[in-house]
Amino acid sequence: MSDRNAMLDVAGLRKSFGSLEVLRGIDLSVAPQELVFVIGPSGSGKSTLLRCCNRLEEPDEGSIRVDGVELLDPKTDINAMRRRIGMVFQSFNLYPHMTVLSNVTLALRKALGKGRAEAREIGEAALARVGLADKVDAYPAQLSGGQQQRAAIARAVALEPKIMLFDEPTSALDPELVGSVLAVMRELREAGMTMVVVSHEMRFARDAADRVVFMDHGAIVEQGPPEQVFGAPEHARTRSFLADFAA
Amino acid sequence: MDRFADAFLNPAVIEKYLPDILRGMLVTIEVAAAVVVTGVLAGLLLASARSFRIRPVNALIVLFVDVFRALPPLVIILIAYFGLPNVGISLSGFTVLWLVLSLVLAAFAEEIFWSGILSIRKGQWEAARSTGLGFLQTLAWVILPQAVRMTVPPLTNRTIAITKNTALGAVIGVPEILMQAQTAQSFSGNATPLLIGSLAYVALFVPVVAVGRWLETRFAWGRA
Repeated sequence: MSDRNAMLDVAGLRKSFGSLEVLRGIDLSVAPQELVFVIGPSGSGKSTLLRCCNRLEEPDEGSIRVDGVELLDPKTDINAMRRRIGMVFQSFNLYPHMTVLSNVTLALRKALGKGRAEAREIGEAALARVGLADKVDAYPAQLSGGQQQRAAIARAVALEPKIMLFDEPTSALDPELVGSVLAVMRELREAGMTMVVVSHEMRFARDAADRVVFMDHGAIVEQGPPEQVFGAPEHARTRSFLADFAA
Repeated sequence: MDRFADAFLNPAVIEKYLPDILRGMLVTIEVAAAVVVTGVLAGLLLASARSFRIRPVNALIVLFVDVFRALPPLVIILIAYFGLPNVGISLSGFTVLWLVLSLVLAAFAEEIFWSGILSIRKGQWEAARSTGLGFLQTLAWVILPQAVRMTVPPLTNRTIAITKNTALGAVIGVPEILMQAQTAQSFSGNATPLLIGSLAYVALFVPVVAVGRWLETRFAWGRA
């Protein structure tokens, strides 16, 4: 299963919260520029899997390689690795006390040590890329949910990550605002970004994902190209999960 | 009415003792300013240290905080001023007053800052850490700026309440307002210095209250 050329290579990953085993030995390899969609019922462990991939959760066992570097090695500089792993959250998590531009430039300046002018230039470019060039000086509370999530994507993109993790990026959005966020994700994909997306946006998965992974009870049940997983799922559990979305 | 004026607003007494009370005001200002700076900073440092969640360290911080919040400041002042010389530590009245009130303010400020830190959603930590910021960087740039804003109203109230305790310096010979007024009152046999002293407190602390109110509006950031 281990793949030396993978951008993300997860092997034998286990994680428990107390007596509850949330991940029961996950193997998942993501190639450069691949878009992998992770679906599954709530409690299936998909968010925990994603959060292990930048060590926001500490796995109990297994290995996670990002661009060839073992994340779980105590010698690995986790802060340096996190700069290469963009993360987008369901609840945006923008810093409310800062302008949108400062949200984007904070890590550029404090973690990468870039000067004010250079950080501003990069930040403005990232915000322009997500269609927020005119919101640079706004505060998060002045933006719609869709705009906030795009600003959060810009914050991650500005660091030029090798891979981006999306944890239910549209679940907190009103339906009419989802499209703008998906459009930005589509643009990132076309630009060659490696992406792992935990989401229920099946239509987006169907036409943008390279591979769909179905998880249940902390394990990968099946995976394959979207037409296969959505069109001819092998497992009963996959079928019953997808049936809930057919309506 | 004349008796009242003679007891509380005697012009001769005012003229004689006003300079002493003005000097007392200066001392009060010095102690109060020093207490605010060291007390609030120490409270912020303690709350920051507590956020590392190292068990033995936090147990010590909680112990310190609880003890200094529980004891009346006057008791600690008396112990420090009259007790410490017995073990070879002699501090001036000014130092004892500054130190004790700073510690008391630090204890209350720590609790206030800590509850502010706890009130910041976990997602703020996660977002900052996910961009590669370290623990201290996240604390300094993301968490504390939000936490401190929230704590301005309770912190201002508590700071004012504790700095008023500079009057306790009167019992250990710190020549602040109350000490000067009391001395003048006993020399003159007239209550006028006490009234002047209380006016001096009003003149000092009404502006502080006003600054506190200004800070509260200043730090309520745009939630448009």
